[in-house]
Amino acid sequence: MIDSILLIILGMSLVTMIPRFLPVWIVERFIMPAWVKLWLSYIPYAALGALIFPGILTIEGGEPWIGLSGGILAACLVLLRLNILFVIFGSVITVILFKTFL
Amino acid sequence: MNDHSFTKGAIAALPLVIGFLPVGIAFGIIAREMGISLFYSVLMSSVVYGGASQFMMLNMFAKGLGFFEIIFATFVINFRFFVMSLSMNQLLKKVPKRWKTLLSLGTTDETFAVASINNTKPNVYYLGGLFLTSYVSWILGTLTGALLSTIIPSNISESMSIALYALFIGLLIPAVTTSWKLGLLAVMSMMLNGLFSGWLLINSGWSMLFSTLLGSLIGVFVFKGGKQHD
Repeated sequence: MIDSILLIILGMSLVTMIPRFLPVWIVERFIMPAWVKLWLSYIPYAALGALIFPGILTIEGGEPWIGLSGGILAACLVLLRLNILFVIFGSVITVILFKTFL
Repeated sequence: MNDHSFTKGAIAALPLVIGFLPVGIAFGIIAREMGISLFYSVLMSSVVYGGASQFMMLNMFAKGLGFFEIIFATFVINFRFFVMSLSMNQLLKKVPKRWKTLLSLGTTDETFAVASINNTKPNVYYLGGLFLTSYVSWILGTLTGALLSTIIPSNISESMSIALYALFIGLLIPAVTTSWKLGLLAVMSMMLNGLFSGWLLINSGWSMLFSTLLGSLIGVFVFKGGKQHD
C-alpha cells in the first residue's frame, strides 16, 4: 500500500529543493545585467525586513506586544554591541517572563 | 587552513542552532501529537528542511487537506528560497558547480541571512560548516522533540521562536547602522509585507516573496547612481 504521509513528504521535498538548486543551474546560462546584480545584492536586507515584520507579532497568538517587546529588547542589546548570543538569550528570557507573569 | 574555515562556519552557526533546536523540538512534538511517526517526523525535517512549510503541513494535515493542496502550499511558501539562492549564488562565483548545488540545498531564511550579511565573500568551507551545522541541528531538534513528545509541552519550546527573530534583528541592525539606505530598504520591505499579509491578506509565502523583491527593487531605482553597496 502506498503511504500517503510518505508521498506528501517526498512531494514537499521536491517542490522545496527545486527552487533551491535551480538558480545554480540557470545563472551560468545567462549574462546578468548590472542592475539585476545590484538588485540581488539588496535582497538580503529586504528579506530580513520581511522576515522580521509582521511575523514577530505572531510569537504569541493574540498578544502581538509580547513579540514586539522581545524584538525591541533584542534591538537595544544589539545597539549596545553585545554578542549575538546574549541578544538571543535576552529576548528569549523577556518573552518567557512576559508569558509567565502577565 | 580549510579546516579552520569550516570550524569558523560551524561557530557562526551557533546563534542559528540556538534558534533551530527549540523550533525543531516544537516541530517534533507537534508532529508526534498529530500521529506522525518518529521516522516520518525526522524524515520530513531531513528532506524538506523548511520550518514554516513543515508546520503548515501539520496544520493542513490535521484539517484533513490532501496531497495536492499541501504540495502547492509548500511550493508557495518555499519559493522565496529561489530568490535567496539566486542572491547567494552571486557570492559564490568561483566555487565548483557541484559544491554550489550542494550548498544551495541548505538554503533557509536563516542560513541565507547569516551567509549573506557580514560576509561579502564567504568561502565554500566556511559555508559548509555553517550549513551543515544548521542542518544537523534542525534534524537533532526534531528527533529530540519526537522522542520527548510526551514529556515536554510544545508551547514552552514554541515561545523560543523569538530566538530566530532576535538573530534576524542582530544581523540587520549592524548592517543598517553602516548604511541608512539598507535600513530604508528593510523598513520598506517590512511595510510592504505588513500591507500584503496583514491588510490585503495575501498568503504569507507570496507576501514575503513580493515584499522582498519589491523592497530591494525600489532600492535599485531610488539609489541608482549613488554609491553601490557591495
